[in-house]
Amino acid sequence: MASEKQHEEHAHGEEHLRQEHLMLDPRPRGEMNAMVMEAMHYTTWKFWVVAAVLGVVVALGLFFSWGRMIAEGLGLAGINRPSYWGIFIVNTVFWIGISHAGTFISAILRVFKAEFRRPFTRAAELMTTFGLMQAGFSIFMHMGRVWLSYWLFPYPNQRMMWPNLHSPLTWDVLAITTYLLASTMYLFLPLIPDLAMARDRTEGGWRKVAYRILALGFRGTEGEWKHLRLAMNIFAFAIIPVMFSVHTIVSWDFAAATRPGWSSTIFGPYFVVGALHSGMGAVVIVLAIVRGTMKHMKYFIRAEHFEAIGKLMLIISMTWAYFFFNDYIVQWYGGDKWTNILLHYHEAGPLGFLWFLMLAVNIVIPWAVLWNKKWRSNPWIVGTVGLLINVGMWIERYIIVPISLSINRTPFTWDLYKPGIEIPLGIGTLALFILLYMLASKFIPLVPAWEVQEGQMAHKLTKYGRETVVTVSELE
Amino acid sequence: MANLDRETMVSVNLTNPEEGKWGMVIDQDLCTGCQACVAACAMENNISFVGEELSGNGRSMHWIRIERFWEGEYPEVKATPFEPTLCQQCGYAPCEPVCPAYATVHSNDQQLNLQVYNRCVGTRYCGNNCPSQVRSFNWFDYERPEPLNNQLNPDVTVRRRGVMEKCTFCIQRIKRAEDTARAEGREVADGEFAPACAQACPANAIVFGRVDKPETVVSQLAKQARGVKRLEELGTFPHVTYLKAG
Repeated sequence: MASEKQHEEHAHGEEHLRQEHLMLDPRPRGEMNAMVMEAMHYTTWKFWVVAAVLGVVVALGLFFSWGRMIAEGLGLAGINRPSYWGIFIVNTVFWIGISHAGTFISAILRVFKAEFRRPFTRAAELMTTFGLMQAGFSIFMHMGRVWLSYWLFPYPNQRMMWPNLHSPLTWDVLAITTYLLASTMYLFLPLIPDLAMARDRTEGGWRKVAYRILALGFRGTEGEWKHLRLAMNIFAFAIIPVMFSVHTIVSWDFAAATRPGWSSTIFGPYFVVGALHSGMGAVVIVLAIVRGTMKHMKYFIRAEHFEAIGKLMLIISMTWAYFFFNDYIVQWYGGDKWTNILLHYHEAGPLGFLWFLMLAVNIVIPWAVLWNKKWRSNPWIVGTVGLLINVGMWIERYIIVPISLSINRTPFTWDLYKPGIEIPLGIGTLALFILLYMLASKFIPLVPAWEVQEGQMAHKLTKYGRETVVTVSELE
Repeated sequence: MANLDRETMVSVNLTNPEEGKWGMVIDQDLCTGCQACVAACAMENNISFVGEELSGNGRSMHWIRIERFWEGEYPEVKATPFEPTLCQQCGYAPCEPVCPAYATVHSNDQQLNLQVYNRCVGTRYCGNNCPSQVRSFNWFDYERPEPLNNQLNPDVTVRRRGVMEKCTFCIQRIKRAEDTARAEGREVADGEFAPACAQACPANAIVFGRVDKPETVVSQLAKQARGVKRLEELGTFPHVTYLKAG
């Protein structure tokens, strides 16, 4: 009797494990491929309405406003003296931060073989590429004579021009273009088997042509997999230092300057952690929306994934808090007159409420919510926390850029910054990001089917006596 | 440490390896705040007129401005001395290394900070990094009302939108004086010419000349005990000396 009950419990536990973990809930390959394809093809009228609205926002907010600004001058924006940099730079740093999540989740978790990463590596990698595009738009908007921006790229020319390699902005150009190229290739490599799958499952038309070209003739032979794995491994390891360097170099735009509040030696790691903070937040927002709106995604993206990312978010929030207070306290302890005026201005100035809001949403709310396993398993709760963290991280950059620029060593020029055309332009970049993501989710398989299948093959429930144990074998 | 008297310490810490060529002394005791230098500078250097509204939004275009502060609470206020502020032509200028396009560079010939307008792409990093905030950005292409379009100085470039600009110590006058002197086979004499601001100053509060030659008026004045450099602690080695008032 007792043993029967135990057996029942045992079976129930096994069932429970299967329900909970994607890796233990395998489906036949053909079925899973069909699910991924259907998620890609299935659209409702709502999708096209949202896409059309976003398209209008992009056309008006981004391209029309930008064209106007190029034609009339940068004065349409709110930047002035002393806040020569404003929301354009805030958005640049913000989007680069968002782009960090893709690499973090995909490369770092791949290198460390974190199994929960498998269904959403691509969703994160897409954010890297599209986020960097928005960062690029924002930085080009910021330039006074954007039509001469090619002067910043180092290539032999007849103009007797070469970019100034002393300038942190030149380092930025090099770092961001490197990251964009590397992350695009890193997005593409794991995509090849899925593109081949899509090619084989498409009947014809432009999609067939596109997939055939993009899949590079991948047939899934042993030799092809070997080369692909090698290339992915090289990229996964190589892109991690690139990711760290990019945001460190972005932080040097500020840290290398002679300004109170900016010349802080800890800005490098502080910015990297801040980027991961906002990036992880953005990943959960995207995953919550994708799970809620796309077909079959409830199978692929489960509570366990939000739970795992929630833990990471909590740790990153703690790390961010450590760096924030370290930066703050060391600057305050330095006792520099201008820095102290500035730090006081951060909390007690006309926009002091932003400083407190930032601390509330970046530290207090994640700490209060994410410690609870039940709460952090709920996609909408974690997604909301992620959204709030992104608001907080945007405010953090706003405090570092225009608010800190309001105070300098020449009090005669102190002035507040009021945004102008930056607002439609910023909304335009956000809309373009969402639109590109939506369209991409209908063109490429958003779930890396081969990666999920590989994980499911590696995972087994094995019985040792009465105990059911999850075992993972090494396939690679 | 005990053996180091103040003079030695100063010579150790504050000797500029690039002592510069041209420099300026501004006597705050003599300055009346009449803004003649501001007007003369705008005329000489084709500086745009941005109007009241843009000025109020922090977009004023001046290569020299008169700074003045009030101390204390009303009615017990005390005005500080006038402080004509222009590009300090730093020996180690923070604006220079940050420009990605080499638009702001140091001139070996004149030991001045140059702004190369046609190289500027408008990242405005130099403006952020300038401790004295003396750079002006062309936020728009500004109109020149009817008679003023006839007074443009042909020796100075007219800047278009999206370009940073700043005081050049009237480099066009420096070059002209040097060319004249070279043609006549002599050195430029002290006081032979002056930038527009110094020329216009009715109180002679602004004196210009060679700071690398000890016998010039500007070098003599700069040696006074009340001579200070702006934000000297940053180690930028400004080439403008202020003679403190009072």
